Amino acid sequence: MLEAIIAILDIKIFVFMILGTMGGIIAGALPGFSATMAVALIVPFTFTMDPVIGLATLGAIYTGAIYGGCYSAILVNTPGTPSSIGTTFDGYPMTKNGRGEEALHTATFASAGGGIVGVLVLIFLSIPLAKIALKFGPPEYFWMGIFGLTIIATLSSKSILKGVAGGVFGLLVSMVGVAPIGGDVRFTMGITQFQGGVEILSVLIGFFCIPEMLRIAGDLDQNKLEDVKVEKQTGVIKKALLNTFQKPMNFIKSSIIGAFVGVLPGAGGNIANLVAYNEAQRSSDDPDSFGTGNPAGVVATESSNNATVGASMVPLLTLGIPGSPTAAILYGALMIQGLRPGPELFTTNSHITYGFMFALLIAQFLILIIGLGVGKSLYTAVTLIPERVLVPSVLLLTILGSYAIRNNVMDVIVMFVSGLIAYTLKEFGFQAGPIVLGLILGPIAEKGFVQGYLMGKASGESLMIFFTRPISIVLILITIISASWPLIRIIKEKKRKGAEIS
Amino acid sequence: MKMKKMSSLLSFLLILVLVFSLAGCKTQPVEAPQETPKEAPKEAEAPKEAETVEFPVRPINYILPFDAGGESDITARMQQQPLEGILDTSIVVQYKPGGGGALGWQELVTGIEPDGYNIMGSNLPHIILQPLVREDAGYETDELVPIYYFQATSNVLAVSKDSQFNTVDEFVEYAKANPGAVTLGGSGSYSANHLGVLVFNKVAGIETTYIPETGSGGAVPQLLGGHVQGLMTYTTMGINHKDDIKILAVAAEERVPSLPDVPTFKELGYDYVEGAYRGISGPPGLPDEIINILADAFAEVNKQPEYKKQMEEMGFEVLDFDPEESKELITDRKAYYEVILRDLELID
Repeated sequence: MLEAIIAILDIKIFVFMILGTMGGIIAGALPGFSATMAVALIVPFTFTMDPVIGLATLGAIYTGAIYGGCYSAILVNTPGTPSSIGTTFDGYPMTKNGRGEEALHTATFASAGGGIVGVLVLIFLSIPLAKIALKFGPPEYFWMGIFGLTIIATLSSKSILKGVAGGVFGLLVSMVGVAPIGGDVRFTMGITQFQGGVEILSVLIGFFCIPEMLRIAGDLDQNKLEDVKVEKQTGVIKKALLNTFQKPMNFIKSSIIGAFVGVLPGAGGNIANLVAYNEAQRSSDDPDSFGTGNPAGVVATESSNNATVGASMVPLLTLGIPGSPTAAILYGALMIQGLRPGPELFTTNSHITYGFMFALLIAQFLILIIGLGVGKSLYTAVTLIPERVLVPSVLLLTILGSYAIRNNVMDVIVMFVSGLIAYTLKEFGFQAGPIVLGLILGPIAEKGFVQGYLMGKASGESLMIFFTRPISIVLILITIISASWPLIRIIKEKKRKGAEIS
Repeated sequence: MKMKKMSSLLSFLLILVLVFSLAGCKTQPVEAPQETPKEAPKEAEAPKEAETVEFPVRPINYILPFDAGGESDITARMQQQPLEGILDTSIVVQYKPGGGGALGWQELVTGIEPDGYNIMGSNLPHIILQPLVREDAGYETDELVPIYYFQATSNVLAVSKDSQFNTVDEFVEYAKANPGAVTLGGSGSYSANHLGVLVFNKVAGIETTYIPETGSGGAVPQLLGGHVQGLMTYTTMGINHKDDIKILAVAAEERVPSLPDVPTFKELGYDYVEGAYRGISGPPGLPDEIINILADAFAEVNKQPEYKKQMEEMGFEVLDFDPEESKELITDRKAYYEVILRDLELID
């Protein structure tokens, strides 16, 4: 291990890592340019590098990109990656309240902190956690999807009915294309392009960004933000630090949620950030302040999504299983470097593996330094750009971004159509959160259900297979508690009010 | 006033950033449309055609209709550098994923200039099965112009290290006694793994339940976690996880170099050969001269000992199907799959 630390303390590595982190942050901040794409773009350049340097650079890019997603989420209400969907819920309202810089710095502290937790989990707990992750079979993934859907109740504070309707709409849209299991082509409306399904990133950009840009464009006379507040806000870094660590439970819980979800193959920051947000709001003393600019929301989403970075390397490094799209690219990179992903990485090639882990740790400090350095100027920049320049620029970026996801024009059309749908739905009081949740969780739940059904049929248990496995039972209990929480809250409040009156 | 100045400066900066990101989006350096033709681009080694085409004079886009990180991507990345040396131009690997590859292939036959600067990875059985089983896959198998098929991964039957099965016969015997109860994981529906299970069921006279995964990598945790009893997967996966699994047999014509001790199904008396073949195709109308230049380049890569050794270590079988042989391979496999699917009543 010591050898690995020494190997990583090389100036060349630092230079590559700093560049990698910055590149990652930029990619993450641009809507549509995901962590996966940033890593895929740089992989070929690492083939000729020393494996430790190559992997360190890729790790820095990955970390930077997941963190960078918070910038566009906080500043222009657009999740730069699916991992920062939840960051828009409170981050953007903070910006509207003139607290954007505080939100950015809070996100930075939370990201770096969560990231460190994720890497520590990778270094110290990877082998036991990998064993637990393997116990998650199809029925467990199904229940995880269902549990995720109960978050709708939290995300739709105004009307649960509208939230559920939105969630179902999201589920339906997620079914467009080739069925994940079975291969049937569904709901393509005769458009062969829809065989590939509806690209979730396009929908995200359309749903979150377009309505907000239209709103700003329709409201040009009014000053979007009050410049005065930008000048006057002092001591924001201290405030941000307090936001994150003063009540550490939120940060700790969110990081653990992120680390655990990250370990599971097929689940990542996109789910972790919403689960953590849900938990932060559920356990808060003041749940109604969520969605109006509560920094605790930003802390929850950003610490959880960065905790998935280190954790998502667990199945890759211990078992040779790429658990996320980004891990799949690293898997390819390892293979071409002549390193077989899996247990061998901890025996014959342990210096490379531990070097990579320490590099990931260093990357967390890099985002802290870079984030705190550029946060203020970025926020000032966005607030000073006149709306008549900002809106068309952001719209142009959304087009570029949604095309770049799969190099597919259809995704751009989908982005615009979702934008218009979202704008209309907003007028009727529907929110984007539940719809997007349905879209993300639909395929996970569906795949788990069909596979579990096939397993049950083979073993003769049929559908009982979903109710008999121990982890499934735990997940069912969590689902029931989560689904009934809004009811419990109402009853509690009624009791309290009743007590006050009497 | 100062504020105003600053804001216009910032606007300018933002526009600058946008311009850069636009430029960054271009997948290849911007080329002057009328480039002065270079005199005989290197390697004028005995051209087969009387008239020589000057190809390539600019970078070639090697497009994969899949996500990064899979078997096709690893191969493309391995070929990239040698190809650049042979063709003396840059090779840009790109991804156009979706629909199990169908989105990319649809674009190849409908929207790509047949000039050889955009070539696309194409896999068997995907390009055969999608048009067969889907109402409209957006392309037909024969519309893709095969350039070269260069590698394959055969199916292997794998069970976990502590499984009760040590041989194919034990497996078959158990499956016969318990019809439908044995579960086999594999990559996706209508994949080589899926068809492999169906054919194996038939030739062994057994009934197993196939549980598809999305992607070959995803199936491995299902086995390691004990959620399925076996995997019908590719040689590459088998080799990667050889410490945790037992490979009972390989569905190749002959034993594969990376698994010298593993018998073929044929040796064991099961007439079952199945796997995925990977190659490269061009759009309809691609001129023969260009096809040949590209095919020769891919053939040349396959001959490089370093490349071949590393590919075989990863579990790939390095094969050579020139444009004509590739066409035959596709025609043969198409006839074969049609019979199977009809037999199983999966198509009319």
